[in-house]
Amino acid sequence: MKKQMIAMLLAGGQGSRLGALTQGMAKPAVAFGGKYRIIDFPLSNCVNSGVDTVGVLTQYRPLQLNSHIGIGIPWDLDKQFGGVTILPPYEKTGDSEWYTGTANAIYQNLEFMEQYNPDYVLILSGDHIYKMDYEDMLSRHVSAGAEATIAVMPVPWDEASRYGIMITDAEGRITDFEEKPKNPRSNLASMGIYIFNFKTLKNELQELSNVPNCDFGMHVIPHIHRRGGKLYSYQFNSYWKDVGTLGTYWEANMELTDLVPEFNLYEEFWQIYTSAEAYPPAYIAEGGKAESSIVGDGSSIEGSVKHSVLGANVKIAPGAKIRDSVIMNGVVIGEGAVIRKAIIAENTVIGAGTHIGEGFFAASRLDPRVYNNDITVVGANSVIPENVSIGKNVAIMGKTVPEDYPNGVLESGDYIIKKGGRA
Amino acid sequence: MKAVGIILAGGGSSRLESLTAKRAVAAMPLAGTYRSIDFSLSNMSNSGVGTVAVVTQYSSRSLNIHLSSSKWWDFGRKQGGLYLLNPTITPENTHWYRGTADALIQNLDFIKERHEPYVIIASGDGVYKLDYNEVLERHAATGAEMTIVCKRMPKAESERFGVLQLDGDGRIVSWAEKDEHSSPNEQIINCGIYVIRRRHLIQLLEEAAREDKCHLVTEMIIPHLAERKIMAYMLETYWTNIASVKAYFDCNKDFLDPKLRSFFFSEHPVIHTKVDDNPPAKFNGSARVSNSLVAGGGIVNGTVADSVLFKKVYVGDRSNVKNCILMDDVYVGDDVVLENCIVDKKTRIANGTRMVGDPDHIPILS
Repeated sequence: MKKQMIAMLLAGGQGSRLGALTQGMAKPAVAFGGKYRIIDFPLSNCVNSGVDTVGVLTQYRPLQLNSHIGIGIPWDLDKQFGGVTILPPYEKTGDSEWYTGTANAIYQNLEFMEQYNPDYVLILSGDHIYKMDYEDMLSRHVSAGAEATIAVMPVPWDEASRYGIMITDAEGRITDFEEKPKNPRSNLASMGIYIFNFKTLKNELQELSNVPNCDFGMHVIPHIHRRGGKLYSYQFNSYWKDVGTLGTYWEANMELTDLVPEFNLYEEFWQIYTSAEAYPPAYIAEGGKAESSIVGDGSSIEGSVKHSVLGANVKIAPGAKIRDSVIMNGVVIGEGAVIRKAIIAENTVIGAGTHIGEGFFAASRLDPRVYNNDITVVGANSVIPENVSIGKNVAIMGKTVPEDYPNGVLESGDYIIKKGGRA
Repeated sequence: MKAVGIILAGGGSSRLESLTAKRAVAAMPLAGTYRSIDFSLSNMSNSGVGTVAVVTQYSSRSLNIHLSSSKWWDFGRKQGGLYLLNPTITPENTHWYRGTADALIQNLDFIKERHEPYVIIASGDGVYKLDYNEVLERHAATGAEMTIVCKRMPKAESERFGVLQLDGDGRIVSWAEKDEHSSPNEQIINCGIYVIRRRHLIQLLEEAAREDKCHLVTEMIIPHLAERKIMAYMLETYWTNIASVKAYFDCNKDFLDPKLRSFFFSEHPVIHTKVDDNPPAKFNGSARVSNSLVAGGGIVNGTVADSVLFKKVYVGDRSNVKNCILMDDVYVGDDVVLENCIVDKKTRIANGTRMVGDPDHIPILS
C-alpha cells in the first residue's frame, strides 16, 4: 500500500505576535471568520486537492488543536489507511528533543512518512488563509522534473523586503533566493509551502540532521541549491493572507464583511470544513440590528452590530453596540456595552455598560512589537466587569474585577494579565 | 439502557400538501438547521438508548441521506447503533408496510434478536424533549402493560390527534382516534410514544399477525382498553407534531422564542443534528432584520421580519420578507414582497414578485 503524496502540516508554533489570542492555544487553533480555525484552511485544501493523508505536527499548547481535529471526522479524514494523525514530539532512547525547527520536526517523523511509502511530501504551515489546489502544484512539480517545488506569490515591490524572495528563470526554476533583501531582485515571495520528492527530502533531512534548529527556508532549500538540485517555483495568484499579527488577523476578518469579499466562503466548489457543534440559526431580535456583518449559528443579537465578525453562540444584550470587531464563539456582551475595534476571544464575558476602544492610541506598555495598532484584545475565557472604560491597544487576559480598573478606567496602551478565567 | 428504540418514520402526510411530495414527514426541515426526526433521535441518544431502528417507507430518500452517518447522534457504535428498516420484498411478503403494527410485524426478527427488556416506540415527527427513562420508571412503578406519553392541549388544537380520557390513577379508559370529541376546553392527546415490555410486544404482534391486523392504535390498543392496563405518562413540556401545514408553520415560528430555543438547544441535554459546512450568515449594509432566525450560508440584503430563514437563503436588495418560512437554498430576488408564505427548498422567487398569503391558509411556494 502506498500514497502518491502525503501532507505534513506544521502546527506547533505559538504565533507569539497574536498576543492574547495565542496565550492558551497554538496559532493554527485560533478562531477565524465566525466559524473556522486557521488550520481548517490548509486541512480543507488537502481534502479538496485529493490529499487524504495528513500528519499534523503539534508542540505549543496542543489541547485546542487536538480536540478540534479529533479523528478528523469533519474533513472525512477518519480513514482506515491514511487520514489525519496528530504528531507530537516524543521521547526516544538517547537524544530526545523538542521540535527545534521546521525541518527538524519533519525529520523526527520520518517513520510516520515511510509507513505510506509516498512519492511526494507536501509541507504546509498552519498560519495562512487561502484556497489552493495542491494537486495542480504537484502536476507542475512532476512535469518540471523538480526535486523540490516552492509555492511563491507576487507581492508589492515595496513589501518584498519583508519576505523570503525567490529569483527564477523563464521556466520557473529557482536560480537564487534571498531572505528579507534590502534591494529585492524579484517580488516572488515564498509562501512556506513545499513539495519534495520523498527521496530528496529523506536524504536532505538525514544529511542535515546535526544542523541545530534545522529549517526548510534557512537550511534545506539552500543545501539543495548549493549542490545544484532542481528547485522550481509554483506561482500562486489568488487570495493569500498571513494572519500572523493582530493587525493582519483583524483585517482578514473584516474583509469577510465586504459586500463581495475577495475571499469567498460562500462558493460550493471549494468548501472549507470545520468541526462545529449543531446550533439553531442566528437570531436577530426585534430592535436588534446586524449590518455589514457575518454572524455565526446560535448567536442572538438584541443590540446593534455593524462591520463585525461574530462567531457561534454569541449573545449581544439589548442596547449593546459592536463596531469593527471580531467576537469569537460563546462571548456574552452585557446591556449597553460599547465595543469598538476589538478582538474578543472565545467565551469571554463583558459586563453591562462597559466601553472598549475609547480614546486615542497609545504605545503598549506590555509589548509594542505585538500590540502596535489601535485594536484592543481580550483573551479567551476572560471576564470584564460592568461599567468600566477601556482604551485602545489594550491587552486583557483572565478574570478581572472592578479593582483592576482604578476609577473604572484602563487607559490606552495598558494591560491586565490575571491567572484563571471564567470557570 | 434497558430499552431498544424504534422510531416510526414511514409516513407522508397529505395535510402537509406539497411539502411532503418529496420527503417523509420525519425528514421535514425544522427551525432552520434541524429535521423533525432529530428530536426523537436525540431523545433516544440522550436517554442512553444504544440501539435504535428507524422504520422508513414513504419517500425515504432525504431521510436516508440525513441519517447516512449515525455519528451526529452518537450512534456510530460497534455494538448496537442505528438501524434503518426499509420495507423489503420477500417470497413470504410482497407488500409495503400497511400500517404501524404491520411495520413492526415485518421487522419482528429485529425485535426478537435484541436483549433489552423494554421497547420504546416513538414517531419521527414529534417535536419535544423527553428523558425516556422517566417513562420507563413510571411504566415499571404502575405495573402497566403499556405506557403512552400524553399531553394536555387546548381543545382547538387537539382536533387532529387521538383524544383520551383517564381515570384517577392515570389509566387510559377511553379513546377517540382523530375525531371531534365533546369535552371541556382542555383535552388529553396521544403523543405517539409507547413503552412496552419487549416480550409482551412480540406476543401482541404475533397475535396481530395471525389476525391480520395492521394498525397499532386502532386495532391493538383501542379495542383492548378494558382488559389491558394502558397508562398515560403526562408530558408537561413543549410538544407538537408537524402533521399539517399550519402546525409546521406555527412550530417553526415557535422557535423565534428565545426560551424555547434555549430549552431545546442550550439546556443539557441538547438536540443534535447533522452538522454541515455553511459559513456564517451574512448581513450586508442594507439588511434590516427583526425577530427572525437566519441560518448559516444565508445572505440578507433586504428587510426580514418575524421569519425563519433556513440554510443558504438569499434575500435580494429592497425585498421585504415578513412572517415567512424560507426553506434551504431559497433565492429571493430584488424588489420582492413576501408575506405569510412557506417557500419550499431551492425555490427561486423572481425579481419584483409580490405574494401576500392568507395567514389562515398559508400558501406553499415551490
